[in-house]
Amino acid sequence: MSDRILVASKKGLFTLERQGGRWAVARRQFLGDHLSLVMGDARSGALFAAFQHGHFGVKLQRSTDGGATWSECGQPLYPPKPEGEVDNDPFRNKPIEWVTERVWALEAGGADQPGVLWLGTIPGGLFRSGDGGDSWTLVRPLWDHPGRKRWFGGGADLPGLHSICVDPRDSRRVLVGVSCGGVWETKDGGETWDCRADGMIARYMPPEQQKDPGIQDPHRVVLCRARPDTLYAQHHNGIFKSTDGSRSWTEIAQAGPSTFGFAVAVHPAQPDTAWFIPAVKDETRIPVDGKLVVTRTRDGGKSFDVLSRGLPQQEAYDLVFRHALDIDESGDRLVFGSTTGGLWISEDQGDSWQTVSEHLPPIDCVRFV
Amino acid sequence: MPRVTFTANLQRHVECPPADASGATVHEVLESVFATNPRVRGYVLDEQGAVRHHVVIFVDGTSVRDRRALSDPVSSGSEIYVMQALSGG
Repeated sequence: MSDRILVASKKGLFTLERQGGRWAVARRQFLGDHLSLVMGDARSGALFAAFQHGHFGVKLQRSTDGGATWSECGQPLYPPKPEGEVDNDPFRNKPIEWVTERVWALEAGGADQPGVLWLGTIPGGLFRSGDGGDSWTLVRPLWDHPGRKRWFGGGADLPGLHSICVDPRDSRRVLVGVSCGGVWETKDGGETWDCRADGMIARYMPPEQQKDPGIQDPHRVVLCRARPDTLYAQHHNGIFKSTDGSRSWTEIAQAGPSTFGFAVAVHPAQPDTAWFIPAVKDETRIPVDGKLVVTRTRDGGKSFDVLSRGLPQQEAYDLVFRHALDIDESGDRLVFGSTTGGLWISEDQGDSWQTVSEHLPPIDCVRFV
Repeated sequence: MPRVTFTANLQRHVECPPADASGATVHEVLESVFATNPRVRGYVLDEQGAVRHHVVIFVDGTSVRDRRALSDPVSSGSEIYVMQALSGG
């Protein structure tokens, strides 16, 4: 069980702790600064926080004392863009600068790879560290892959790599999710890459291109640690599931009030159990009927419970972004935070929710640590 | 020698007192500053060497024209201000 949660918000870093059965804000840091992501590396105990300074760029900080103090570590910086290189977002025909615009994914490598970290960015580059974040290197085989130049921006103006799944059976096998560029797999630690989004459907494209794996918009991709061939994707056009390690995906057409959303969590030990937070599809992006609910399947997507106990059921306009839902290693505790500063925690797999706050800044990311 | 002054808003993130630094262009002057204060570079310039989108550099009251190569000339008495753009109101 995790008794601590880091919250990355538009106006600071908040640490929540559980004391006497209740959760509360125990520490607030960097008030006024925008954080896009937080992560705890269970292998080393290090914590990471990605800053999104509006004027002064992206900065990565690390804490080695449990979050008491932070300092800048290595930064994920793109190499010089070659003179004359044509690299345009194909959707808008707008040049992609080789500049880290946002840290949008950060995950630890396998247990057998201490020091290895993977980091995803807008505009789409994947970075790897072999030294616990002291230094970062752009994964060139993916960046230079012809398929990468077909990626385009979705919610952001430029493409972004937002999901990283390391196979617990083999740390060299890594899956990444891209908006908009599908799901990509390496089996050799990043040397070679293949697109793995067959079965996804992009209804925002002309009909003949809707099944093209390389232009899909999975908003978030997660993998079940106990059965790593089972993955779920909350996609721009619905929910998709794979049971063959992402070689093929099947749409889950019904899931409570809506299949649109950004976030998804899968139980670490039960591959048929997963959670989503639905919103009215994509034109409006607010909870259906102003009622904030979580949907949960326990049978791999055949049926869904609609969970609302403890959540606001009138005039609620909370949207939950892709990194703002997390599950702890026990699979019992979940946390999510919203664009309007609401934060809720469940200790019973979503059956009931405790309101921690409805007045935090807009929340980008929550993580049990 | 040109003098470089940084917006107080940057001091929240990284120490950057006013500095006298040599150089004939904005690029050369800033490189002189970064040589003694390397952390400041990433806050003012992106990794391609261009001025960050929401940063503005003034030389003697005029914003620099060449935001990519920073080739704007400076004189020995120039006052260079590194400011944050008025973004977001």
